[in-house]
Amino acid sequence: MDVILFLIFALIAVVCAINVVVQTHPISSALSLVGVMGSLAVLYLLLGAEFIAAAQVIVYAGAIMVLFIFVIMLLNAGAETRKGRSYLIPGVPLVIAFLALMAFFVQRMFPESTMVRFGGFTGGGPAEIGHALFTTYLLPFEVTSILILVALIGAIVLARKEIE
Amino acid sequence: MELLDSFLFISLIKAGVVFAVLMTTLAYLQWVERKVIAHVQVRPGPYRVGPHGLLQPLADVIKLLTKEDLLPPYVNKPLYLLAPFLAITMALLSISVIPFGPRIAVGPVTTYMQLTDLNIGVLFVLAASSMGVYGIVLAGWASNNKYALIGGLRSSAQMISYELPMSLAIAAPLLISNTLSLRQLVERQAGSIFQWNVLHGPFPQAISFIVFLIAAFAETNRVPFDLPEAENELVAGFHTEYSSMKFASFFMAEYANMITVSAMATLLFLGGWMAPWSAAWGSNLMPTAIFSVAGIAALYHGAHAVRRRDKLTFPVFGVIFLLVGGVFLLPMVQGWLLPLFWFAAKTGAILFLFMWVRATLPRFRYDQLMGFTWKFLFPVAMLNLLVTSFLVAWTTK
Repeated sequence: MDVILFLIFALIAVVCAINVVVQTHPISSALSLVGVMGSLAVLYLLLGAEFIAAAQVIVYAGAIMVLFIFVIMLLNAGAETRKGRSYLIPGVPLVIAFLALMAFFVQRMFPESTMVRFGGFTGGGPAEIGHALFTTYLLPFEVTSILILVALIGAIVLARKEIE
Repeated sequence: MELLDSFLFISLIKAGVVFAVLMTTLAYLQWVERKVIAHVQVRPGPYRVGPHGLLQPLADVIKLLTKEDLLPPYVNKPLYLLAPFLAITMALLSISVIPFGPRIAVGPVTTYMQLTDLNIGVLFVLAASSMGVYGIVLAGWASNNKYALIGGLRSSAQMISYELPMSLAIAAPLLISNTLSLRQLVERQAGSIFQWNVLHGPFPQAISFIVFLIAAFAETNRVPFDLPEAENELVAGFHTEYSSMKFASFFMAEYANMITVSAMATLLFLGGWMAPWSAAWGSNLMPTAIFSVAGIAALYHGAHAVRRRDKLTFPVFGVIFLLVGGVFLLPMVQGWLLPLFWFAAKTGAILFLFMWVRATLPRFRYDQLMGFTWKFLFPVAMLNLLVTSFLVAWTTK
């Protein structure tokens, strides 16, 4: 059951991810990205990480992607025009090479015995996550938030009108 | 027996019951709203279809079903068709984690009065409501109409902005109750009115409750925050191009969202299905008393009727009210009827507030709307959360 669900949602995620690149209209691409986020949330659920799954939907699919779509709609961006298919000539071999390299490294780094087996996962609740974030990973957590703050202030400074 | 006890069978029955009750409530909520607004404005409201317009919702449903379903040629067809479906699905999805009452026994089966109890129930409702934004945004964009587009843009900006104070307002009572499961949340508020989160804890959550309510008005696009569908500037906003059942889905989604946020306010702050005081002090007799007073009032007005048809309708309503009041005294139904009464009464009171505000307040200007949430509501919710978390940490040491 878990494996079947994993295969279904992994397939949806991959198809949506390819669709993000293939679609010419930015709105369709953004919506495909929402599909990717949604199926990733289901995969998190399968791993027993219910809090991460909910956060994935609320933060990525619910907030960030709505902002993306908002900006696309506000700028009224139209569909892109395709310029031939010559990009496929270097693109396809590069993608295949990249995937092969990834598969090779993953197989080398994680031997068969440590691979994920589905079903029966627990310990992904809000309490465990909060505990981990505020004890073991306190420093990276705080540093990340400062990094995001820096990015925000940078964006405001760049977008600000010059005041004489 | 095995069939009766199976998870699938019980879930199907419960889903059917909840769906039927919800759909009826949605239809009649609109009747109640029209009546409430009418009486605030000193006019009778729907009066022609059935006694006191009671069959009006049925007439509306028939009208919406039989109207021509237009598909304008200039729309983006897949997204135009997807949008109302998305809106109503997400609105109905969040109902599935709302608990209506305690564990009950129906014949040989014991079950919870709730479709499913997730241990991240609160987050599930937030996630479903944040996905519901897509229905409105896509409707606005796919319609290929400038009024619809502006409505969709306004709605998405408004919903993203008000989600922040709403989430902060939800976080504060969660700190006090120390759980994310809606069922446990209610069970920890048992006892009396002083155990409810709005009055209980190291820091009573009255501010949080008010912030939540204001944000809920904005999240459901209700007056005074109904700028996405401001008819005098935007025709009908994001659903301008929709007709027949597609329009009805948006309409139902709005009312379902209203019910969800009212139920959430009840669960988070007002103790869910718990009575305001203990049964030893006679809280079990309260529903009977309320219905009896209503019944006697209806009988009195029937005897001194001004309008001719009221001579018949008021006494009938009075007898029905008295009978319902009597049902609450039967010991075999008290176990599930009393919690359901308190839950419905609290949710209904908040829904009444929604209608009252709609009949009273004018609409915000758009810059006021944004300034209000970012410069006032958000800091207040943040401060409330800080004080609450500090006091909770202080007292639990």
